[in-house]
Amino acid sequence: MNIIIELLNYPFMQRALVCGIAISLCSALIGVILVLKNYSMIGHGLGEVGFAALSLALVLNLPEMYVAIPIVIIASFIILLISQKKGASGDVTIALVSTAALAFGVIITSASKGFNVDVYNYMFGSILSMTTQDVIISVILSIILIIIYVFFYNRLFMISYDEKFAKVSGISVTFYQFLISLITAIVVVLGMRMMGTLLISSLIVFPAIIARKITNSFRNMVILSVLISIICFIFGLLFSFFLKLPTGACIVGVYVAEYIFAIIYAKVCKI
Amino acid sequence: MSIIEVKDLSASYNNHDAIKDVNFKVDNGEYICLVGENGSGKSTLIKTLIGLHKKDSGEININIEDDKIGYVAQNNMKDLTFPATAKEIIMTGVQKHGKLPFYRKKDWEMFDNVCDMLSIKDIVNKQIGSLSGGQRQRVILARALIREPKLIILDEPCSGLDVNITNEFYKILDRLHEEKDITIIMATHDLDEIKTKDVRVICMATSVKFDGKIEDWKGL
Repeated sequence: MNIIIELLNYPFMQRALVCGIAISLCSALIGVILVLKNYSMIGHGLGEVGFAALSLALVLNLPEMYVAIPIVIIASFIILLISQKKGASGDVTIALVSTAALAFGVIITSASKGFNVDVYNYMFGSILSMTTQDVIISVILSIILIIIYVFFYNRLFMISYDEKFAKVSGISVTFYQFLISLITAIVVVLGMRMMGTLLISSLIVFPAIIARKITNSFRNMVILSVLISIICFIFGLLFSFFLKLPTGACIVGVYVAEYIFAIIYAKVCKI
Repeated sequence: MSIIEVKDLSASYNNHDAIKDVNFKVDNGEYICLVGENGSGKSTLIKTLIGLHKKDSGEININIEDDKIGYVAQNNMKDLTFPATAKEIIMTGVQKHGKLPFYRKKDWEMFDNVCDMLSIKDIVNKQIGSLSGGQRQRVILARALIREPKLIILDEPCSGLDVNITNEFYKILDRLHEEKDITIIMATHDLDEIKTKDVRVICMATSVKFDGKIEDWKGL
């Protein structure tokens, strides 16, 4: 316990903890909607778009967040618009956009200096190197996302459960689909520093699927998903520090253990 | 006064006419059963009326506020593991365009009334997928009733349900029609199970092939 208290005295650990909890909370909230709407892979797809955007930012020597946020938001809207067309499917659209973006990212990275430390950090995550500015941006955006989510909570549930009924009730499903895309894009950009572009989808998907295994109501799924996300992040961060392993991979390791536990719990308790 | 007026309505799927030149009027308090073979256009007509499918031509005049129309879809829940309780689903019925997405005290009072009316109080905290087909359909009906509708549109609400559950469901509809004077438009295959006397039958075969009282109906 004393070691943990001592750890919290390090400024880099304080920044990682604040940022990580804020991002874990947001990703868990939006993850519930994405998992229920069978859009689990969008996080992975947008992570690859984020990689391209970060490569571009590094080459142009511009602040990463300011370049990545608009590009990933535009990509998420493109995925939404294409997948809404007749005959198009969500996973095919995600595959098209993400692989094209990944190829673009590799080309501009190779054409400049090749893979350097910054690109590597964004691919696999480096939460311990977060700056105070990263923390401020992450916390402000997280608070905005949480307010939006809480305000539209009932509508988001309605759209997730029965889109047709929402349409019949005069609710603009397209508006909420764009809102979900916007929140997802911002969460992906925020989470890239923590998990890396390759593991970002786990931050969105795992808490929701673990929570889904052990509860039968939407409200409980949201609450449990948030708790699971924060707890797994904290344990992942500690493992990462003590075992000197990448944080993102350690968090995913905790998720996997939790998921196996949830499967066993659901079987034993017959949920 | 007619609450719905449909004039020369046509709609299609993939350039195939699903309904063509459909004309009818619905007066307040009527109980209308839309019948017809599979593919006759019943469901398309209903989806076009409620705005889920685009019309190609014609007019639909609905002289009733949007939020006073209830909709009950077919009994075909695809994902039985969806984490939602009956209560969470019923409450979505009070949400509508232009209303803040929060539930007020009045909405919860209405929720209690509807659950009493349909005798579903003991199942409201259960997951929707764990309920029987009949219970699920009552939950979906409760979602339509919670907004105190003047018109309920139902699209084959009892498809896939057994005869006893179907009869129970139609008894509830009869009661709503008689006691609350709710106008009902329902696509159905179970005309024999409907006991209400003043039912009007509209038979679809892309266009309207029969429109009259149930006693004059000779069958498909």
